[in-house]
Amino acid sequence: MNPDLPPHYDPGAPLPNLPGHSSGGRLERILRSGRFAVTAELNPPDSADPRDVYDRALVLSEVCDAINATDASGANCHMSSVGICSLLTRAGYAVIMQISCRDRNRIAIQGDVLGAAAMGVQNILCLTGDGVQAGDQPQAKPVFDFDSTSLLDCIRTMRDKGQFLSGRKLTTRPQVFLGAAANPFVPPFEWRGDHIAKKIAAGAQFIQTQYCYDVPLLRQFMEKVRENKLHEKAFFLVGVGPLPSAKTGRWMKNNVPGVHIPEPVLERIEKAKDQKAEGKQLCIDLIQEIREIEGVAGIHVMAYRQEEFVNEIIHASGVMKNRKPRPVAQSSETAALAATAS
Amino acid sequence: MYAVRLWSVRHARGLNRFYQAFEKVMVALHPLWNKIGYDKLEKPFQELEKVSKGFLFDCQMCGQCVLSSTGMSCSMNCPKNLRNGPCGGVRPNGHCEVKPEMKCVWVQGWQGAARMDDGLEKIRNVQHAVDYSIKGKSSWLRVVRMTKKIGEFAPKPVKAPAAKPAAPKAEAPKAQASEGKAA
Repeated sequence: MNPDLPPHYDPGAPLPNLPGHSSGGRLERILRSGRFAVTAELNPPDSADPRDVYDRALVLSEVCDAINATDASGANCHMSSVGICSLLTRAGYAVIMQISCRDRNRIAIQGDVLGAAAMGVQNILCLTGDGVQAGDQPQAKPVFDFDSTSLLDCIRTMRDKGQFLSGRKLTTRPQVFLGAAANPFVPPFEWRGDHIAKKIAAGAQFIQTQYCYDVPLLRQFMEKVRENKLHEKAFFLVGVGPLPSAKTGRWMKNNVPGVHIPEPVLERIEKAKDQKAEGKQLCIDLIQEIREIEGVAGIHVMAYRQEEFVNEIIHASGVMKNRKPRPVAQSSETAALAATAS
Repeated sequence: MYAVRLWSVRHARGLNRFYQAFEKVMVALHPLWNKIGYDKLEKPFQELEKVSKGFLFDCQMCGQCVLSSTGMSCSMNCPKNLRNGPCGGVRPNGHCEVKPEMKCVWVQGWQGAARMDDGLEKIRNVQHAVDYSIKGKSSWLRVVRMTKKIGEFAPKPVKAPAAKPAAPKAEAPKAQASEGKAA
């Protein structure tokens, strides 16, 4: 881009980094200003048509600060996260590019990180990835050259030291806000807090969790987080999503790795006359309950094949209403930034 | 063997204490290893490690053993080769997502770490990506070389030839300047 042109010339061009910020992205600004953040997952199309991506992004973008582009989640083949991010950054959307360690080795991933940052990707979520056995092509060779923690460590090295893992210098560093995933809802419960501390030590700045249908387990996890002051080092976004029916819920519980849905929750939906409406209401109730937990900085909506409801759910939950900076346990520097931002 | 592997995690404290002592002996014997030659020792040690650690931990010979930081549960037995903790797919019964019949290596790892003297400290260390170029090599000899800072761990010589000619040049004008000032 021509540097002489005004900054609004290219809607996809990143904003300059604020002091203390790793990226120029919207998500980091929202979080560091103490506002409650909303991110949403875009269901990747099984198609080569860019309109399939744009149609889905449009309904989500109204109510979220960044859109997650999944990287073959569940080990199922879909349009790639790099491809989706390329389309979305071109149109000026804020994206979170997911990178899973299952399909690519360190050479491919470091190249993708540079490519992504060049396209205007400001946020990267580092994931281990579901095993190939979970997906539609279990015959595939699993790679797992990195794990999510060593991947974080690698991208942080690229960003902060300006070099590849080999030590070879980069001429321009990828200015990205780094994320990791947490699953407080599966064993080992007592060590999940310590595990996430490790990811934060390796470079995670925001955390997105697996679907939360069990608030007591989340509370237990967040207690551990607050005990170790991890919520002051990283922003915790809790995963939520509407269940279309009790049957689908049961299927997810049994077939999607890492999804935990307590039986009373499934019964609540089963008993309802309109299961779909009850699933939406449950999601709204969960959001309202979760947002009150100390240390929760936002929510991450994963509405598989139900993007059209995300808008309704977010509006009904009220999390976007009069979004003002909330008092968050942050350093004085970021607090001052929050004051100037509002 | 799976049953032995689980036994090793249950006895993580004792095994770790034994290894710490063993490592000291290995390092102390460095003059002997050096005399024989590390290259010559590589093969026999590989066999020794493969048999002993293979029996106790189902060792996969990654060549960069971190058992002390993984609660004596070999993380290379994780189907995803995770070196830093469990994935999000652990089953409700604490078993593996990929191999449902196997207990999660990292659920085991954290249990083992809790039994060890310094396990919960060490498990916090962030492990960098595995170096696949040393897969199959002896991890014990590597530890000795690392402690003694020899072989691949020898301090890299500072690029003296490049620095030396530059130094007098940089000093010369300074000296002149100070002389000038004094005058």
